[in-house]
Amino acid sequence: MRAMHIGESGVRIGDRVERPGLMRLLRGRGKYIGDMALPRMLHLAFLRSPHAYARIVRIDKSRAEALDYVHAVFTGNELREHCLPLLGTAENRVGYKAAPQYPMATDTVFWQGQPVVAVVAESRAAAEDALEFLDIEWDVLTPVVSGREALEDGAQVIHAELNGNLAYEHKIKAGDPAKAFAESDCVIEHDFRFYRQTGLTLEPRGLIADYDPGGETLTVYHSHQSPFQMQDVFARHMRLPENSVRVIAPDVGGGFGVKINTYAEEVAVAVVSRLLKRPVKFCADRLESFSSDMHSRDHEILAKIAVSKDGRIQAVGVDDISAIGAYGVHLRFNIAESMMLITNMGAPYEFSNYEARGRSVYVNKNIIGMFRGVGIPLSCATCDVLVDLAAERIGMDPVAIRKLNYRKASSMPCVTPGGSKLSNMNLEACLDRLVERMNYKALRAEQAALRKKGIYRGIGISTYIEPVAYGPLYYGPTGASISSADGCTLRLDPSGAVRCVTSITDQGQGTLAALAQIVADELRISMSAIDMISGDSAVSNYGGGAWASRGAMCGGEAALKAARALKKNILNMAAVITQSKAEDLELREEGVVNKQTGLRVTTLADIGRIGHFRQDTLPPDFDVQLSVTKSHVVNNLAYYTASGVQASYLEVDTETGCIKLLGHWTVADSGRAINPLLVEEQLRGGIVQGIGSVLYEECIYDENGNLNNATMADYLAPMASEMPDIDVEILDTPETTTDLGAKGVGESGLIGAIGAVWVATTDALKPFGAFVNAQPFTPERVLDAIAAAKN
Amino acid sequence: MADELSIALTVNGERIERDVKARQSLADFLREELALTGTHLGCEHGVCGACSVVIDGDVVRSCLTLAAQVNGKTVETIEGLSDRGALKKLQAAFLRYNAAQCGFCTPGMLVIAHDMISRGEAGDRDEIRDYISGNFCRCTGYQAIVNAIESVAKEEKAGVA
Repeated sequence: MRAMHIGESGVRIGDRVERPGLMRLLRGRGKYIGDMALPRMLHLAFLRSPHAYARIVRIDKSRAEALDYVHAVFTGNELREHCLPLLGTAENRVGYKAAPQYPMATDTVFWQGQPVVAVVAESRAAAEDALEFLDIEWDVLTPVVSGREALEDGAQVIHAELNGNLAYEHKIKAGDPAKAFAESDCVIEHDFRFYRQTGLTLEPRGLIADYDPGGETLTVYHSHQSPFQMQDVFARHMRLPENSVRVIAPDVGGGFGVKINTYAEEVAVAVVSRLLKRPVKFCADRLESFSSDMHSRDHEILAKIAVSKDGRIQAVGVDDISAIGAYGVHLRFNIAESMMLITNMGAPYEFSNYEARGRSVYVNKNIIGMFRGVGIPLSCATCDVLVDLAAERIGMDPVAIRKLNYRKASSMPCVTPGGSKLSNMNLEACLDRLVERMNYKALRAEQAALRKKGIYRGIGISTYIEPVAYGPLYYGPTGASISSADGCTLRLDPSGAVRCVTSITDQGQGTLAALAQIVADELRISMSAIDMISGDSAVSNYGGGAWASRGAMCGGEAALKAARALKKNILNMAAVITQSKAEDLELREEGVVNKQTGLRVTTLADIGRIGHFRQDTLPPDFDVQLSVTKSHVVNNLAYYTASGVQASYLEVDTETGCIKLLGHWTVADSGRAINPLLVEEQLRGGIVQGIGSVLYEECIYDENGNLNNATMADYLAPMASEMPDIDVEILDTPETTTDLGAKGVGESGLIGAIGAVWVATTDALKPFGAFVNAQPFTPERVLDAIAAAKN
Repeated sequence: MADELSIALTVNGERIERDVKARQSLADFLREELALTGTHLGCEHGVCGACSVVIDGDVVRSCLTLAAQVNGKTVETIEGLSDRGALKKLQAAFLRYNAAQCGFCTPGMLVIAHDMISRGEAGDRDEIRDYISGNFCRCTGYQAIVNAIESVAKEEKAGVA
């Protein structure tokens, strides 16, 4: 289908339109943090701990300080007095324990990669050179690297003041799970291991902190998803008035949650700028990204399901250990990984007996933070694997068992036993479409025929829900200063062009393009007449930025409200100018037309010119308002529910253990799609990340807490040659409680893909009775599983 | 600090003469000395392909090339290729298929795609996927990129025939 050009008029919501602003990036003229330089700017490099757990006995920085190209050297203790520590607790989570985290290590290091000393020099290369002249004496301690071992009696307590390594334990119980499991016809139980991975944004983290001693203001240029969050962090933790701190996100080279986290070392950069009264730049290199970008996953899960002979799910149980690394995460709580997992376990399915326990545990590894999906992909995968194995046990088709147990569209809204609040979802419709698109029956026949020839293929179906656009109910009660509202200002310029300032940020999703499309649709102008401005904490509405897949929904609803308000003001002014009634006029093709005659009565350029320069020609009491601001917050529900199904078709080479992907399908119900061109590749990108999670990606730590594969040569990520074409259908069910009808789509692709590939691999190995229970499915793990089944 | 060397080269059609540190990579030279920041550094060890540039007609990783090595050579970056119109069809196709998201890998993707098209090596989708398999994209599912390149390759073939 042809995509419309941005200059075409008549663009409507739902059209496939080329993304405005993209040509700048295609011409190599993006402006990322690494491309920026300020006058008198210095460069900072960190010496990072080579040990997972050690006491710092002595730091001798005299040799480094003596170098003529070094400007300054700071230890953790020297920065400590200039700021407040980060603290990963939540007011409403009683018992959640976290240790304060200063910008750099003070007396002890807790993970390999934690910054210990900061060197500031005229160039990054010079600062790195100087790191070799730092002399540090360590008292190396025995690290705790496994979540399970960290919970054992007598385990080394890594933060002594917390009296244990357990950060938080969350339990859920509904119905009578013990009875249901005891009386069930069929119980399937497995342990699952999801190893650590990293978000791997292609642009590493980075910032330039520019403290101006003249005005005593701090401006931070930051590769981050939420400038508002960071404005709050820098102000609060450096004890600066909030209105003297401004955070600006330039072009950001990928986020995925990695760049929504708050990093203590980024506060260090701002503190150093303040101390030196000069701009200071820090951009992580790839090695630093691997060891300090917050990681994700690292779960050990024991999960079970009880199913009756006729295929009804009777009960679900899950016990999760989530090894969250060395610290809690400030504002964004890494206990969310486990809480999301156990809250959403089995959410697509109807059952009443549920028992869950999630324990988040500190270990001497890099901190776990937000990453696309936050725990939900794991609950989705484990549950769908169990459903699939239960279907096999009772002799039922995997499609049939899902359809039988899905929560029905008619039962919406509902609260699941896990506490997930679902609304407006129709999984049966999604599955029907998926089965048709993938030609399920033919694939099953092909699978059966090939098995006879010793070729082992698997078909995996997964069902996901994605809570999107969280309202204030999530972060509000935690005490975190995180806004769940977003806003939009529209300004009609004298030429009739429109400037749109939004608090939503865009790390490549194309959200700004979607907002422009909403405004274009409402004002009936071409998208090339709209200029999008975002990413500046001082300029737009205060807002959330990019998290929880909320950009199109929250920012879009605000843009729609603003466009409607501006339209009203334009029509009122047009009515005065043309001496007609506003209700007889409407906007069309960059102008104002009479509804009855269809004739143009004035243009937006005339409105702009008169409204800005010739107010004297209007009645003196006419109130010219050509800038309007509106905001939106989700307050009728906790969040909206995006949902859908995915399928994977793959072949396991039982000689080599390699898995070849043959096909992938998704039917996604993400609400009203503003621009399907953006939605489709957003889904595909998420799916490819999910495939990477299951098949390739792992941060490999040894028993001493050393990260052994911190390069892109050693950390395998999906490349074009291994990925299949991915079939996407968007089920365009509008959210009924908003005017725009959008939900969200940012995390759906990944959430569903992990389950689909898990189930497909499990399916392929059924003839062997083998089960690969640890992600990623390396050839070695696949062969081990087959060998274990044979023995 | 390291010794300096004098180099003379052509970058995007412009004659450049500079003294460079022996250890300076071509990527850092382009970005820091010439302010050609369209060449991106994703991994700095030759894996991700974001820093790809054209040296005497061949696609090269500028993070693994020293500035001193390009003495006497001709270098083209994304800015040069774009400004002289060499990427016009590919850029239009990338727009049409939404084949870029954050844009960080995109200069490298366009450089390798242009190389493939120019050499007439963009065959079927599998061949395109193989050719760009040294360029990492974290945002898209690669499919839109493959679609865009495929469409230009078909256009070129139709034009030749």
